[in-house]
Amino acid sequence: MSDLLKIAGHSYRSRLLVGTGKYQDFAQTRAAIDASGAEIVTVAIRRTNIGQTAGEPSLLDFLPPDQFTYLPNTAGCYSADDAVRTLRLARELLDGHKLVKLEVLGDPNTLYPNMIETIAAAKVLVKDGFDVMVYCSDDPIIAKQLEEIGCCAVMPLASLIGSGMGILNPWNLQIIIANAQIPVLVDAGVGTASDAAIAMELGCQGVLMNTAIAAAGDPVRMAGAMKKAVEAGREAFLAGRMPKKLYSASPSSPSAGLIA
Amino acid sequence: MPKNMQLTINGKPRSFDASNFSVADLVGQLNLEGKRLAIECNGEIVPRSQFAEVQLVDGDKLEIVGAVGGG
Repeated sequence: MSDLLKIAGHSYRSRLLVGTGKYQDFAQTRAAIDASGAEIVTVAIRRTNIGQTAGEPSLLDFLPPDQFTYLPNTAGCYSADDAVRTLRLARELLDGHKLVKLEVLGDPNTLYPNMIETIAAAKVLVKDGFDVMVYCSDDPIIAKQLEEIGCCAVMPLASLIGSGMGILNPWNLQIIIANAQIPVLVDAGVGTASDAAIAMELGCQGVLMNTAIAAAGDPVRMAGAMKKAVEAGREAFLAGRMPKKLYSASPSSPSAGLIA
Repeated sequence: MPKNMQLTINGKPRSFDASNFSVADLVGQLNLEGKRLAIECNGEIVPRSQFAEVQLVDGDKLEIVGAVGGG
């Protein structure tokens, strides 16, 4: 039975979305992404290096747009205006591509999102026809507002970007998931495979990560671990876990037939 | 007779000896032909299909961007 991730009318087999930053080189980027099984990859939009040598390889050479779904982001934007401008450029760059990741940061030290600016940008982008996957704080009210604005997915942080601290507030994530009619994906803060599994066990529709893979000792191996963790967590969620009990008077082995 | 034209490209001033200088001409002069990029002129996106038609004038501010690795 297929269990597909559905975002803005498209279906994806993989529930792991990955970033393309912080790798040693493009070859390692590609190897890690292949190992992760990810179909959706985030990219940043930056000024082109003027005067670069012609024929210098670019990220797109290693991740052909016909093989992956690009998710251009607004990383590094601190205002709604900059974020909107960046994504309009991304849409032009990627031939009218509509699926985007909106993030508006509030502070360069923590990279915590500025939700007031994020909401302002989301309103403009949705009106402008973008399919907006939005990075957000783990505030259930904000997440609901972003859904009501028309975002196609909300992506609350598990912990701060690049921190690898894991899921610090599973309770808020559960409230966000319970209230949402659109996919909820954990974005940011995942450190290792168990964090990704926990996110999926909570009922997230997917997980987006970059540093947890790129900054691992062996990024390609960690990418494979994350693939398995997301799949295992999803299966466990769908299977339905047993209830937690302080103790149980129901052993797994028969009580009868013991030797005397 | 060519005249000197000052443009600001990605935040840096550059001068060109040119008249009737289109966005396509600029892309060619910067050796960016064939690269996947998007261009904004004075805050407005110039669609790729209009590179040859849009003429640049002295003082124009351009942003030329591409996709790079990011999370």
